[in-house]
Amino acid sequence: MAAVRRGVQGTRRLKLQVFRIIVFVAAGLFFLVPIGAMVEFSTRGVGDQPRTLAAWQSIGTYPDLVAAITASLELAAITTIAMLVLLVPTMVWVRLKLPRLNPIIEFICLLPLTIPAIVLVVGLFPIYNWMGTNFSDSILTLSIAYVVLVLPYDYRSLEAGLAAIDVKTLTEAARSLGAGWFTVMWRIIVPNISSAILNSAFLSVALVLGEYTIANNLLYNNLQVEIAMLGRANAGVSIAVAVASLLFAFGVLVLLSFFNRGRGRLQLVELQQVMRTERG
Amino acid sequence: MTIAGAPAITTSAGRPVGGRRLPLDWLGAVPFLVYVAIFLFLPTAIIVGGSVLDANGSLTLVNFAHLSRDYIVKTTLNTIGLSAVTALAGATFGALLAYAIAVGNREGLVRRLTLSVSGVLAQFGGVTLAFAFIATIGPAGFLYLWLAEHHADIYAHSLWLFELPGVALVYLYFQIPLMVLVFLPALDGIKPQWREATESLGGGTWHYWRYVAGPLLAPAFLGATLLLFANAFSAYATVNALINQGQPVISQQISGALSGEVGTFEPGFAKAIAVEMVIIVTAVTVLYSLLQRRTSRWLQ
Amino acid sequence: MPERTGVEVRLENLQRRYGAVVALDDLSLTIAPGELVALLGPSGCGKTTALRLLAGLEDADGGRVVIGGEDVTGLPANRRNIGMVFQAYSLFPHMVAWENVAFGLQMRGVGLAERKKRAIDVLELVGLSRFANRYASQMSGGQQQRVALARALAISPQVLLLDEPLSALDAKVRSRLRDEIRRIQLEVGITTLFVTHDQEEALAIADRVGVMQSGRLEQLGPPMTVYSRPATPFVADFVGLTNRIQGTVSRGSVDVRGATIPLVDSSVPDGPATALVRPEAVSLVGNGEAQEGPLIGTVIAVAFLGATSRVTVDLGDITVLAQLPTSAAAEHPAGTRVKLALRPDPVLVDSHN
Repeated sequence: MAAVRRGVQGTRRLKLQVFRIIVFVAAGLFFLVPIGAMVEFSTRGVGDQPRTLAAWQSIGTYPDLVAAITASLELAAITTIAMLVLLVPTMVWVRLKLPRLNPIIEFICLLPLTIPAIVLVVGLFPIYNWMGTNFSDSILTLSIAYVVLVLPYDYRSLEAGLAAIDVKTLTEAARSLGAGWFTVMWRIIVPNISSAILNSAFLSVALVLGEYTIANNLLYNNLQVEIAMLGRANAGVSIAVAVASLLFAFGVLVLLSFFNRGRGRLQLVELQQVMRTERG
Repeated sequence: MTIAGAPAITTSAGRPVGGRRLPLDWLGAVPFLVYVAIFLFLPTAIIVGGSVLDANGSLTLVNFAHLSRDYIVKTTLNTIGLSAVTALAGATFGALLAYAIAVGNREGLVRRLTLSVSGVLAQFGGVTLAFAFIATIGPAGFLYLWLAEHHADIYAHSLWLFELPGVALVYLYFQIPLMVLVFLPALDGIKPQWREATESLGGGTWHYWRYVAGPLLAPAFLGATLLLFANAFSAYATVNALINQGQPVISQQISGALSGEVGTFEPGFAKAIAVEMVIIVTAVTVLYSLLQRRTSRWLQ
Repeated sequence: MPERTGVEVRLENLQRRYGAVVALDDLSLTIAPGELVALLGPSGCGKTTALRLLAGLEDADGGRVVIGGEDVTGLPANRRNIGMVFQAYSLFPHMVAWENVAFGLQMRGVGLAERKKRAIDVLELVGLSRFANRYASQMSGGQQQRVALARALAISPQVLLLDEPLSALDAKVRSRLRDEIRRIQLEVGITTLFVTHDQEEALAIADRVGVMQSGRLEQLGPPMTVYSRPATPFVADFVGLTNRIQGTVSRGSVDVRGATIPLVDSSVPDGPATALVRPEAVSLVGNGEAQEGPLIGTVIAVAFLGATSRVTVDLGDITVLAQLPTSAAAEHPAGTRVKLALRPDPVLVDSHN
């Protein structure tokens, strides 16, 4: 009699298992099919031709597209560096010398979360007009706005890193051994929060590469804007680039979650807001 | 702006301590403060200030009066409808998915995999997402073609993928994973003892959901739905990639009014719509955080 | 409180395995009407599984559960009429105390006014009627567990199950609530199964204690018997402190460092064995200064436990614990040489090594 006896609990567990499988399969279809479809679409041959990588190979023959890709990569690099240079010394300094300012800095850094990108762009528009006339109208000036955009995520990531070390004691120890401020920063603080820095750099890169709203409304052709425009002329190529940029961003984010594994996952609100900026 | 207050605070705070160190210390924060003053506070001031100024720079409420134009009212209602539908559907499907994850092994591979995929997909949006759906069920998408071959023309009545229903479907692609991320912690807070206590006290599955899990999860569910609403309400890139005529949602109206501004035609109008959007999004977000606080009291 | 007479509970040959792990290996246990049996054992010994099978929260792979003469093995938990108190955090956090207590009555279709009145009555029994309108988050851990007890009792269950109800509480609250639970259990006269890993708790509260290991019941008996006549070396080790001292068995007794002690089980074959000697059976007899011998050593530590003290004596090759009245222990501070005596109470031997 001990053999197979499925009791009340066993039946319930079985039902639950069936429910889970149905849900996971349905979700898997809904989320994976569109991505697969992009790959399928970008490798179609003309008419009855067999599958081809022609669309992928012709990416290089669109000068505007190449320019946009270059611009977006440069923007990602500039934004990341500018953000780190602006944020890391300020956060360390405030921790050491102006602890009372800390909540204010936090408030300021998280403020962009409450402002949708499409709203922010309305306020940036006159500023960029002025800059375009008096200073520069290069697409790379977008990185100035992007620093504001990435501020909340990078602040949170760096804050977590700094909270994990005793900045004050480390600094005092280094200073007492004769280190200057630059040495303290470069040789003591930065190595100790390197994973937080890496984290925020990844976040910045992913955000900048996916940004559309601000660039489009300030009339700059970054990667996403160019993909959208190209989509009307040659869907195959533009979808190929879209897949490529998507895979790149996924790669970055997978790396990010890998580095984040110890601390659990990304802050939820953080995630939500990342998307909001991506979509505008 | 806010930065103007900083030096004043410095001197007044510096004096009692009595050193000249403190004012110097403030210098360390100046680059950051200047930056955010110019590129965060100034734009905000431009929006708020500009919304109450007319073309000649005098105070007026006419920009807000223009919000009552038929097409603005219509797009506002459109956007509210779109956001509500995608929030409700996203919350429902997302909650089911979150539940399927929550009842599994906490340390299991399935959970970790679905969570990190949700994290990535919740960030997926804009042009690329629109293209993904076009490649799937667009007029040249493989799924559409396959269905058409089998005598099921999903576009028999209209090309709805490029209308609001299509936008709603595409939005689900990021709303559902967002729901998973926001709602799963609440589900994790549900203790198995509550289910077992309900049973030992004579309650069945229905009683458990009706009297225990339902009321416990309701605030979290409602709060998450509001968050999804705000998320859809302020979205721009995805809808703009799908619909490029008619500007049926409010973010597109902002964009349109902004281009109109170039010819200094109604310079405050885009700002007034922006203020409207911020007010709605902020109100919803405040409600969300109130509900969130209640949830965290019950389900740590 | 409604008058209640307990019913008999029988677990018959219960089997339960999780994959390759045997959680319950042919467990049989009968609890007399109104009796409180404590299942005691280390974590993973199967005691909680036994309780959950009885509650219907898990399915048995084999065997029967019989409550009051009725076979309930196939019955779901919500039709078994069993009151259960969990380890912690089991109160519904969105209901105040009386609503929690009234929940089971609500499930049984009792009207609002009536169930509120009865809930308050049961809260009175556990001494918490003035907290009827508090949420779990507004009560201490001990108060929460009392409300949980009231909730379990409010449905007038046939059996009460307590699953480590005190383990999340701090020591002082724990012993007070333990006595409180026993008082209420006796007052209501309900058949009760109490699961714990704390031997002191089990011995203090139960009519009979069952010691479990690896899914089997090693010994079942009154607390006194389990303590003083452990059936197996495992029980001796788990219940109370035990000195393990090498000795030699011959003709029904064991020779331990020159002292001869009778055996509990005289069928043990002759030869070397380890004697399990309780610290209370060890006493200090006088000054061991300038003497040598197998039972002479140096006091290395004295732990004050209140009325008694525990003295650790180093005999050179082993250390031995002795528990004696504090007044007696005071004569032998750390560093003094002492001579030990072993009381000839029957002991158990472990002949595996």
